[in-house]
Amino acid sequence: MTTNMTTLAPSASEKFTQRALPFILFALLLIVIPFIGVSRGTLTLFNHIGINIVFALSYNMLLGRAGLLSFGHAVYLGLGGYFCVHILNWIADADGSGFWGNVPVFSLPIFGFAMGALAGAIIGWPSCRRAGTAFAMISLGVAELMSTAAFMFDSLFGGEMGISGDRMSGPKFFGLSMGPIEQVYYFIAFWTLVGTVAMYAFTRTPLGRLSEATRDNAERVQFIGYDPTRVRYLVFIFAGAFAGMAGGMSAVQDEIFTPDSLSLIPSGAILIATYIGGIRFFAGPIFGAILMTYMGSNLSDYTAGWLLYLGLMFISVVLFVPDGIAGLVFGFWRGIRSPGRYALIGKWITQILGLALVATSVIVVVEVAYRWSDGYGDVFAPFGFDLPHNGALTWVIGTLPLLAGILILRRVKRTESEA
Amino acid sequence: MTEAALQLIDVHKSFGHAKIIQGLNLEVAKGERHAIIGPNGAGKSTCFNLISGRFRPTSGRILLNGKEVGGKPAFEVNRLGLSRSFQVSNIFANMTVRENVRCSLLYSQGHGYAFWRNVGSSRELQEKTAWVLERVGLIDKAHTPAALLSYADQRTLEIAMTIAGDADVILLDEPTAGMSHSETEYAVELIRKATEGKTLVIVEHDMGVVFGLADRISVLVYGEIIATGKPEEIRGDPKVRSAYLGDDAEALTLGGAA
Ligand SMILES: Nc1ncnc2c1ncn2[C@@H]1O[C@H](COP(=O)(O)OP(=O)(O)OP(=O)(O)O)[C@@H](O)[C@H]1O
Ligand SMILES: [Mg+2]
Repeated sequence: MTTNMTTLAPSASEKFTQRALPFILFALLLIVIPFIGVSRGTLTLFNHIGINIVFALSYNMLLGRAGLLSFGHAVYLGLGGYFCVHILNWIADADGSGFWGNVPVFSLPIFGFAMGALAGAIIGWPSCRRAGTAFAMISLGVAELMSTAAFMFDSLFGGEMGISGDRMSGPKFFGLSMGPIEQVYYFIAFWTLVGTVAMYAFTRTPLGRLSEATRDNAERVQFIGYDPTRVRYLVFIFAGAFAGMAGGMSAVQDEIFTPDSLSLIPSGAILIATYIGGIRFFAGPIFGAILMTYMGSNLSDYTAGWLLYLGLMFISVVLFVPDGIAGLVFGFWRGIRSPGRYALIGKWITQILGLALVATSVIVVVEVAYRWSDGYGDVFAPFGFDLPHNGALTWVIGTLPLLAGILILRRVKRTESEA
Repeated sequence: MTEAALQLIDVHKSFGHAKIIQGLNLEVAKGERHAIIGPNGAGKSTCFNLISGRFRPTSGRILLNGKEVGGKPAFEVNRLGLSRSFQVSNIFANMTVRENVRCSLLYSQGHGYAFWRNVGSSRELQEKTAWVLERVGLIDKAHTPAALLSYADQRTLEIAMTIAGDADVILLDEPTAGMSHSETEYAVELIRKATEGKTLVIVEHDMGVVFGLADRISVLVYGEIIATGKPEEIRGDPKVRSAYLGDDAEALTLGGAA
């Protein structure tokens, strides 16, 4: 690495390849996706991925960057989203006149952002006085409170049915009616890019750096002239704002918000997605959001036990891969460029083999047990091969690969620590 | 008459029933290098914690450049021009050395809590960061995560962060503790250079460092200052000698010879 001695800053070309290039590639990817002939369903999936990318990145402003564990981040997405669905209706009612009549639906994420910031500013005021466990507990309480309140105030939150709007109302923006799914896709892609770039830029601001310093050592921050409570509070407002922006994107994509969106369930889901993606890397939550959204929409078609697999995956990541997918991806990238790549590739293949063996047993046990317990008499038959719950072979496949896999993985681990 | 950089007037501090600081009076002139020595558990670090705003005094007044700071939060005391280091390294472990120093510079460089500026775009900030790192000799390790530094380098980083901002009163709590002989010499030179023209209060057990660096010395025993004076006065003070029994009294003599 070459550094400029007077400033220690990376050179212009390093800055380009490390900072600008990934975003340019990301933007190009977002632009070409609709041209590769994807179905409507796939575009909808991509839209949800975009929303979750912004949501997960905003969550990581708290968890990864500021070291604040929140169990209620969906509150800010929900409030931003609800506000935007209301705006959709105001735009429709205004019918082209007045302030709302001139607001294009395309701009809704800005309103979501403002609402998220406002909610963050109000709720963050008491919650950010303490970090650690107290902060986590308060966030849990707030989430419970907000989702209960949402069920009580029907006129604002629409009761169990929620409220819905029509994204095709209002003035067109650059000829976009927001009707066809392709147009919604470009809307989502645009705001995903804006959110991602803005949140990356935030990490490089004085406040962004102070948030990391506060995470590392809140006490020392005081002795360099900053109030850690203030740092947390400001970061919290921004995290709420970007979550609200994701809410605005979601309001346009799905045209409906229900009180469930404020509950602990989506808050827990984004925690898991962010963590699995890797909280120590800026790109981690992006990976996590892509994987989790994909799994959520596809795996559920294959197996009723997908939440169980998700839980197992989460626990395994926490235990064995604390740097998440991003840690694996960047580790792989570094590994294949290092001189010891062949040994590493050998190790990885062994690990994948071990994992595949473990996964085989786990899947067989889960699927067989699930069918056995639901009492419909279904038999798990992968590749047309019957595995009844009382078959000896079932239990051989359910145990032997598991043991073999664990042995292999432990062996790799041991040689790793000896090296 | 110029006011003192730092003045403690009848300061008391108790933790529950334990009276740790009992009527502390201390005056440090502007530009003075003042050492505080005393046996383990005498209350030296507690005294620093009171001055720097980490603890609130039970009673008494603490004046920084004539302004009352006793009981103010630490970040406000820091903004008034006082910076301190810690006896146990207190750094941002997951950030690089450069980032540690850069963060320590943010406030004095006028960045506040800015979220509309890029830390990389302020040339002054980059240059000052590099200058501090150059000065303390950590420039080659600028991109190393602080947690991976050797013990002595972490101590140096601790000093670098303390002197980085433009505080004119610097408190160093045992900056050379645990360093080897040559590392200590290096650190003392660094402290001498970096605190030129500033007010320094240093807690140190190494008598060589104390007698080599200090203009005046205060001896703190059981929460009270039993003697204050020039190094040679302290060395000859019988009260001081009796407070330092055995090895420490020996050290006092050796420090005097050095
Ligand atoms: N937060 C606290 N709560 C209770 N007691 C404390 C606290 N901080 C310090 N003390 C007590 O105050 C006394 C003085 O501690 P202090 O750390 O100031 O000593 P010191 O002079 O710095 O000693 P050393 O040379 O070992 O660093 C000790 O008996 C310590 O146990
Ligand atoms: Mg001490």
